Amino acid sequence: MNEAAHASAIHCESLSIQYPGGTWAVDQVDLSVDSGEILSLIGPSGCGKTTLLRLMASLESPTNGSVSLSPPVVGHDGGIAFVFQQPALLPWRTALENVVLPLELIGRGSAQERRDCASRMLNTVGLGEALSHFPSELSGGMKMRVSIARALVTEPNVLLLDEPFAALDDMLRNQLGQLLLTLWEEKKFTVVMVTHNIAESVLLSNRIAVMRQGKLKKVLDNPLPYPRCESIRTTAGFGEFYGCVSHVLRGQE
Amino acid sequence: MKTPTIPSFSREAVTSLTLVFLVACLALIVWQLLVAYYQFPEAVLPTPQQCWATTVAERDVLFRATLSTGAAAISGLVVSVVIGSSMAILFSQSKSLRLALFPYVILLQTVPIVAIAPLLIIWSGYNFRSVVIVTAMICLFPIVNSVTGGLLATKQDSEDLFRLYGAGRWKRLFRLQIPSSISFLMLGTKTSSGLAVIGAIVAEFFIGNVTKYDGLGTLMTRWISQLKTDALVSAVFASAILGILMFGAVQFISAVVLRRWTKSATAVH
Repeated sequence: MNEAAHASAIHCESLSIQYPGGTWAVDQVDLSVDSGEILSLIGPSGCGKTTLLRLMASLESPTNGSVSLSPPVVGHDGGIAFVFQQPALLPWRTALENVVLPLELIGRGSAQERRDCASRMLNTVGLGEALSHFPSELSGGMKMRVSIARALVTEPNVLLLDEPFAALDDMLRNQLGQLLLTLWEEKKFTVVMVTHNIAESVLLSNRIAVMRQGKLKKVLDNPLPYPRCESIRTTAGFGEFYGCVSHVLRGQE
Repeated sequence: MKTPTIPSFSREAVTSLTLVFLVACLALIVWQLLVAYYQFPEAVLPTPQQCWATTVAERDVLFRATLSTGAAAISGLVVSVVIGSSMAILFSQSKSLRLALFPYVILLQTVPIVAIAPLLIIWSGYNFRSVVIVTAMICLFPIVNSVTGGLLATKQDSEDLFRLYGAGRWKRLFRLQIPSSISFLMLGTKTSSGLAVIGAIVAEFFIGNVTKYDGLGTLMTRWISQLKTDALVSAVFASAILGILMFGAVQFISAVVLRRWTKSATAVH
């Protein structure tokens, strides 16, 4: 894979985290994510996907092992962005003000530059006419677009997504998946996405990492070529790889 | 893109006001009939007409007393909002401080205000300031309790977002915690607005008629000693109207302040 201009590779070495109850939520995970690739983390509920994602974002501290990024970036400088399952917008801020927030927090640019940057980002995700709308005035899909714009406004090297489309209907899920692909093809940042949806992971990812009970069971290379659009779902290759992931997920590999 | 929704507030408000008015009319009729049937002496239970006549005759005195009590209640409420919010911010920033001092705030709430009011008046004097202090004390707990809860009830995702971008204590306080707690502050202030009038009148009872200060409480004390029951009923109504006005004003301010939080006049699809 070509080295992306604004992307970092992620290396997890013997990464483990134990919760106070004694459970190993993530257990001895060795995983490398190439710079500029999209990797999906898939597995049953409670298998440690979200915890692994949070470890990559430094939102959790590992009990053992380490996470390193090359070139090294941190959230504090806007190099890592996170999209939560819920849009997590601040209800007292307009869409524009919500997207400006990360730039304010990391102290980048003047007030006008931040607004211009956020405005451009909202235009990119198709919300150019909703800059002054409050979250309560936006639909679920629009809120998630704002959330994606907020994550990308700092031009991060790494974008981490925690089941970002889980609460949306199929049509919106597909639309936002395509939006993510378009943005990724333009910027080529590194993406790690937690999902329960096999079809979504097959459509979007270069590779799919299957987890079970805190352990990384298998990493599968997706043979489908980019650029990918919705029609790829009807191809034989899509169905074949879908079946392969499904088998691994059920423990029948 | 936008589908306007029909605001149901005005229709509900008209229905509610009509029902309240009908209940008031019914109560007045029952009151008049009871007095006529049982022939109560005027000093025990005057008729609504007698009370209305006294209200009109004493309107200047009642109006001035209502203004004094209202000024004390508003001042006490404002003081409690300032002090209560400041205390809540301190509690949210220091767990040790919260653990050490919050029980005393609860203690303040559990001790009856009628037990503290005389002491405060002795210490602070038979004046407007004492009424404000008593009012602020009775209003303090709902505000401290609500705002502390609001400051500590920020959503986990929002907390994670601020942590991810390395936001420090102050950025977190001013950009996340304080804005998140505004609706809680408004809720506490609404609860306290009713208590403010009660606190002011209780303090005025203890001040009595020993000074020139004239509030509804001092007026009531005087009229009780003079067995002017009809005037006393007028004062009770004046205090009720004051309480409703206070609550309504806080409700209005709350609606204006929280417009950003709840703005949803149009649904966007």
